[in-house]
Amino acid sequence: MNAPLDMRARIEAAAEAYPDQRSAIMPALMIAQKEYGHLTGDVLEEVADILGVERIWVYELATFYTLFHTEPVGQVHLQLCDNVSCMLRGAEALLRHMEQVLGIAEGETTGDGMFTLSTVECLGACEMAPVMQVGDDYHGNLDADRIDALLATLRARREKADV
Amino acid sequence: MFEPVLLKSVGQPDSHSLSHYRSVGGYEALQKALNDYTPDEIIELVKGSGLRGRGGAGFPTGLKWSFVPKGQEKPKYLCCNADEGEPGTFKDRIIMEEDPHQLLEGMAICAYAIGAETGYLYIRGEYVKAIRILETAIREAHAEGCLGRGILGSDFNFEVHIHEGAGAYICGEETAMLESLQGRRAQPRLKPPFPAVAGLYDSPTVINNVETLACVPHIVERGSSWFNGIGPERSPGPKLYCLSGSLRKPGLYELPMGIPLRELIEEHGGGAPEGRQIKAVIPGGVSAPMIPAEGLDVGMDFDSLAGVGSMLGSAGVIAIDDNTCIVKVATRIVEFFHHESCGKCTPCREGLDWAVKIMRRIEAGEGAPTDLEQLERLCGGIFGNTFCALGDGAAMGIRAALMHFKDEFTAHIDEGRCPYH
Repeated sequence: MNAPLDMRARIEAAAEAYPDQRSAIMPALMIAQKEYGHLTGDVLEEVADILGVERIWVYELATFYTLFHTEPVGQVHLQLCDNVSCMLRGAEALLRHMEQVLGIAEGETTGDGMFTLSTVECLGACEMAPVMQVGDDYHGNLDADRIDALLATLRARREKADV
Repeated sequence: MFEPVLLKSVGQPDSHSLSHYRSVGGYEALQKALNDYTPDEIIELVKGSGLRGRGGAGFPTGLKWSFVPKGQEKPKYLCCNADEGEPGTFKDRIIMEEDPHQLLEGMAICAYAIGAETGYLYIRGEYVKAIRILETAIREAHAEGCLGRGILGSDFNFEVHIHEGAGAYICGEETAMLESLQGRRAQPRLKPPFPAVAGLYDSPTVINNVETLACVPHIVERGSSWFNGIGPERSPGPKLYCLSGSLRKPGLYELPMGIPLRELIEEHGGGAPEGRQIKAVIPGGVSAPMIPAEGLDVGMDFDSLAGVGSMLGSAGVIAIDDNTCIVKVATRIVEFFHHESCGKCTPCREGLDWAVKIMRRIEAGEGAPTDLEQLERLCGGIFGNTFCALGDGAAMGIRAALMHFKDEFTAHIDEGRCPYH
């Protein structure tokens, strides 16, 4: 497969920060994941070809680091922290609430491909626990009402984008 | 009242901008370092300050810098560890989001001291906002000659590159971070050789935490005796404390090193929420063994906490209230370490798998009386038998919970249920 030209250019630019192409695999996978949503075998091969590195080197990173997705993820990734600080402030109840509202279990994606619900390890924002990462953004001091409002906003944004 | 040093700009409008940083004397310490000090004199200054690494281990920073061999052919590297992943810790994120130039200036001074022309800032990938702010800050610093070639009119060159982490807690371990920077799975290296001699790309490398480097400009600006006049003699300086969990006022607090844990919890954190009592506190991220409420009269510094069998770690202080099941908290901690084990060392990889199984069945009320002994044996098999401290942290966490709250474990087993449900 042929990667979009600007993706190749961005990967090559990222590689300039390092004296060794292998170091650029992580940034290249980040760029590729933003482009394609998740990392299929074809994407991994494309990244290896752009950098001129062994395919196994790319594959072993894609399967080691949790931020790399080798399976499809919904358009909006809801990542709720359930580590100790968030657990102490009600993360478990929030997870049950979201599972009920979305009709999916943790780790699953809604039928329309809109939401994937995951629990994650500490997001490093414990001062606003319980906290959830939605796409790139952190949302803190959550309760069931705030979650409902957040999901409604995300749905409305999606409907607007569809029109 | 303690005058904040590291957090002095937090909450100010545009605190992350170079113009704000300049307005409060930013990059004057770097100018002073370049004009008035040789690299060795900077190392001596930092040694004299008594600064110890804020990432968790508390190693003397100046000493670490002094291990870098002088004048050899290989390039030298500075790596800043901003992969803040220790549960309960958020100080580095706030420094980076609010005052990124403070960090960049500290990196530049360190690079000058050790003779590095390249620095990598390893930021965890979840910190998207911090990454964007640092990208902008690096561009601004370049535009004004605070980074790049011929910095501030000197012949010193230094570039900073951001490397985004991808969700592996183990990258907080310095040699695992180096592996990750070299494009490999983040699995810790056997030491020695230590990174100061053979680190990134086999070259001499210093790895420092964000907060550690953020202290450096202040030491250059105000002197080592100012710094070591704050807090205990052997663990001096201003310190960031991350307060979270069952508290009325969770948040980031800057106070002298060595402040009593009780004062931190009761006065600054506001104590437990209405109607509840603090039962235990984890003082330094989940790697630090929990301390029961009766043990809170301990100073928050490296030596005092080590003296009571815990550690300062990242100063991620998590308060646990009396409505919370300790077995559940301990299980969650072990689940975390199990999830984050890199898989390299058998005792950690396999031992934590078993520990999670046993802890979960105890918490579910399905534990057997022999399970506690089995857990102790597992901890003995993990502790001290791995390349890095991840397995040790898990073992210490289990042991502390068992030592201080054995009655809760036995209640689960005897009653066949969790008494808190």
